[in-house]
Amino acid sequence: MSVQSWVCEPCAIDKLPVGDGKPAIRLVDLEKTLDGKKVLDGVNLDIPPKRITAILGLSGAGKSVMLKHMIGLIRPERGQVLVDGVDISRLSRKELYHARQRFGMLFQGGALFDSLTVYENVAFPLQEKTKLGEGEIRERVLSRLAQVGLEEARGKYPDELSGGMKRRVAFARAMVTDPEIILFDEPTTGLDPIIRNSVLNLICHSYHQHGFTMVMVSHDIPDIFQWCHYVVVLHGGKVVEAGPTAEVVVSVNPFVQQLIRGDITGAVHLM
Amino acid sequence: MITFAETIGKRTLTAINRMGRMAIFLAGTIASLPFPPYQGRRIVKQVHFIGVRSLFVIVLTAMFTGMVLGLQGYHTLREVGSEGLLGSVVALSLIRELGPVLSALMVTGRAGSALTAEIGIMRIGEQIDSLESMGIDPVKFIVVPRLCAAILSVPLLTAIFDVVGILGGYLVGVKLLGVNAGVFFGGMEANVEWSDIANGFVKSVVFGLIIAWVCTFKGYFTGRGAEGVSQSTTSAVVLSSVMILVGDYFLTSVLL
Ligand SMILES: Nc1ncnc2c1ncn2[C@@H]1O[C@H](COP(=O)(O)OP(=O)(O)OP(=O)(O)O)[C@@H](O)[C@H]1O
Ligand SMILES: [Mg+2]
Repeated sequence: MSVQSWVCEPCAIDKLPVGDGKPAIRLVDLEKTLDGKKVLDGVNLDIPPKRITAILGLSGAGKSVMLKHMIGLIRPERGQVLVDGVDISRLSRKELYHARQRFGMLFQGGALFDSLTVYENVAFPLQEKTKLGEGEIRERVLSRLAQVGLEEARGKYPDELSGGMKRRVAFARAMVTDPEIILFDEPTTGLDPIIRNSVLNLICHSYHQHGFTMVMVSHDIPDIFQWCHYVVVLHGGKVVEAGPTAEVVVSVNPFVQQLIRGDITGAVHLM
Repeated sequence: MITFAETIGKRTLTAINRMGRMAIFLAGTIASLPFPPYQGRRIVKQVHFIGVRSLFVIVLTAMFTGMVLGLQGYHTLREVGSEGLLGSVVALSLIRELGPVLSALMVTGRAGSALTAEIGIMRIGEQIDSLESMGIDPVKFIVVPRLCAAILSVPLLTAIFDVVGILGGYLVGVKLLGVNAGVFFGGMEANVEWSDIANGFVKSVVFGLIIAWVCTFKGYFTGRGAEGVSQSTTSAVVLSSVMILVGDYFLTSVLL
């Protein structure tokens, strides 16, 4: 298996000022209760446009739930989800489907269609949502599969793949339409170090090519700091820290420090 | 006493709520029918799954149903000396009642449960959310093809059930028990009306709708985890079967 890899500067290198660009996604006082538990309790957050933002937090903190709010899969009880100024939690179904065409989403579990092969999974968004011809689709899908080192597996079904392979297929599927806004729920969890680095390289490489807005949930601390411009820390249903990577890393917030260092004791005691 | 009343009230409200959601689900599905994209290829695939792959079990059950009708009918009719009516008894029972009902029950057991499980797994595996996130309407994509396929397949399977069942009755009545073949088919021709066939057809269309509706709904709104899917599958089969039998009574009383 060959994994294509680029020599790519980690993305934190180009710390361009965001300028006065309006936030790509803005969450205002977002509240959501699931199963009687307040998962989001007044989240306020600006996602900068054309930058990579990492969301950190404990397991169960509500990172996935927050990501699903951003694409309108979950509607909040209170608050707004503004994508380019439009509150997508108030859109009709039809408008929402239209708005989602700008998004690419990778689910935590991959969410591959298990009745379709690897190739068909990656081709699916192109076949359903674009007017590209079969030849063009084929070319594009195969090159994306090659990028994640899965060209050989194209005829296999998802349940014949390992966890890491599934995640890479899902990754290729989320990226295949070259979306403007990319929401990735743990794109690198469960990958071996080499594949993980090549996935991060690939994200970085595509970022430099297409300049998308990206929100990425990750547990890869501290490695992830090399690959993102902004960091958001979610805890207790609220955003406890958000800002450029370099600032968050030196945050004085005790929870943030504990999370970064992985201390067992500190602001939170789990056991 | 108050808690007892409370429980009943709560249960009733839940039940009404659930019926409402089912009705809205069906209405939404039907409302999306006239709009593109038309899922032609997916409908064909589902007709294969629901229809073609149910053929064997339909033929088998139809054959034995027809045979037992021939046997029972013969012995009952002989007591009153009217074996000649055997052909029409077999044909009418099959065309009016047994064909549509038994085919629908067999399809529920074979294909309906699989529909629920398949859609349920898509739900818990976030595949339905994944479709949503791509801006694709999952109802259009998952539910519509299955609904159309069931409405097409069940009447066809019912027709096959009727024919094979009559053949079964013929084999037992004529070949085994010695009723005259001309009398067997002559009586059938004289007594089976077009309206009988039309009624059977209407029933089978409605049953196809019930199967697809209940089974896709249960899968679409499945609970969490493997347990959620297994519960939905069971309750889909039970509810669909009950609705078929209850619906059969009301359809019969309206159509007769
Ligand atoms: N569909 C749902 N129904 C009910 N509760 C849910 C649902 N999805 C998530 N939750 C609850 O919301 C909370 C946050 O879940 P979420 O999946 O967002 O966590 P997370 O931060 O992504 O964790 P992880 O890092 O483990 O993925 C959890 O307590 C979870 O039990
Ligand atoms: Mg998560």
